[in-house]
Amino acid sequence: MSSNDVLLGLVVVTALGFDFTNGFHDTGNAMATSIATGALPPRIAVALSGVLNLVGAFLSFSVAATIASGLVQTHLVTLTVVFAGLVGGILWNLATWYFGIPSSSSHALIGGVVGSTLAAAGGHAIQWHGLVSKVILPAILSPVIAGGIAVVGTYLVYRLTNNVVERVRGRGFRIGQIGSASMVSLAHGTNDAQKTMGIITLALIANGSLTSGTKAPAWVIVSCAVAISLGTYIGGWRVIRALGKGLVEIESPQGMAAESSSAAVILLSSNFGYSLSTTHVATGSILGSGVGKKGAEVRWNVAGRMATAWVLTLPSAGVVGALAYFAAHGMGGVTGVAVIFVVLVACAAGFFLKSRQGAVTAKNVNTEWTGSVVPVPAPAPIPA
Amino acid sequence: MSQWINLTALWKIIVIGLLAGAGLPALFAIGLRALNTRPQAASAPEGDGQVAAVSGGGVLGMAAAVLCFAVVLAAIGWGIYSIVHNS
Repeated sequence: MSSNDVLLGLVVVTALGFDFTNGFHDTGNAMATSIATGALPPRIAVALSGVLNLVGAFLSFSVAATIASGLVQTHLVTLTVVFAGLVGGILWNLATWYFGIPSSSSHALIGGVVGSTLAAAGGHAIQWHGLVSKVILPAILSPVIAGGIAVVGTYLVYRLTNNVVERVRGRGFRIGQIGSASMVSLAHGTNDAQKTMGIITLALIANGSLTSGTKAPAWVIVSCAVAISLGTYIGGWRVIRALGKGLVEIESPQGMAAESSSAAVILLSSNFGYSLSTTHVATGSILGSGVGKKGAEVRWNVAGRMATAWVLTLPSAGVVGALAYFAAHGMGGVTGVAVIFVVLVACAAGFFLKSRQGAVTAKNVNTEWTGSVVPVPAPAPIPA
Repeated sequence: MSQWINLTALWKIIVIGLLAGAGLPALFAIGLRALNTRPQAASAPEGDGQVAAVSGGGVLGMAAAVLCFAVVLAAIGWGIYSIVHNS
């Protein structure tokens, strides 16, 4: 086994690790509202979403290549660059998950890769026009559009059912919610699993194992699909809680309107070749469902916190990606990458252990929102 | 502007998005309404949920509801079809 094989192996494992964080970070996009309204028991919801993500990952392969090409000059990308970019993406995903912020996994990945490419090859290696027109503008527009559609949908739904008995209405829309949330899960699988497939393919091309322009090999597709669906099944309860309970106090008609809007916007956009952030769309929709219902409580401070994190996602993941590149490159070759890999695993373990101190789980995810992600503020001991 | 944003795609996403994303839940709502209206609620068996057509607007309401739900299901089917065939 040559040192290059070791390097490639580390990159692939890191990419699958990212895919896993992508899964659990984004469970809430599809299932937060269904869990909050009780349309599905929490465990069943994440299992259903996991299965549909798995199915979705095999449905379409159109976005796979777009994640890298059109954003960076792919011929300047080395294995170390891909690796450092993934480190940036994973660490940002873990940090935002810890604070219960639904930030975009796609942006974390793109930010990380752009940052490490910048560090490795300088500004000319970035296709700035592509970055603005394919990533930044859609990121600004998509939550607004999804939110607007959800406002209209929510308004219509309440208007049309105002003379239906409350119990019957709640029950009917909970069934509708299961359908619409399933569509979002499916769309998430097709969109997000492909982003990691694209990254691994990019690594294989950088390694010379594949020629440029080749499609993702079968083992890449299968392993990415499994990683994202496992991650989804684990469930990012912190993000689920922030979306389903923190942002808006949600009822089942709102939930169905929100998820329908998300599914429609995500599917239509990928139809036009925009691989936009499912997180931004879902958050915009849930916010819209709060605006569209008369008298519903929308917590704008929570929304503001999320929006701030969105703005920070690209640059922060980029900075981490760049630092990881400098560190790995400075130590050189396989050793550098292996050392950073160990650091990454240690950080991930740290986040995990820290999260157990005040855990959000399937059991307490729906506890009344009192301003914090972790339901009962546990007396947090300061680690010595 | 147009080199930054594909305006054609944008307005299509907004219009079709509104039809599918807001229109379908609305249609679903009409279906529910057709099944259950308040005037008959006095005799409505509360325990049995929205499937209980007895509380609805009779045969006509039932037919309208079935039509609404069928259109919603067809749209979902079309959505899945479009994912698979745009690869």
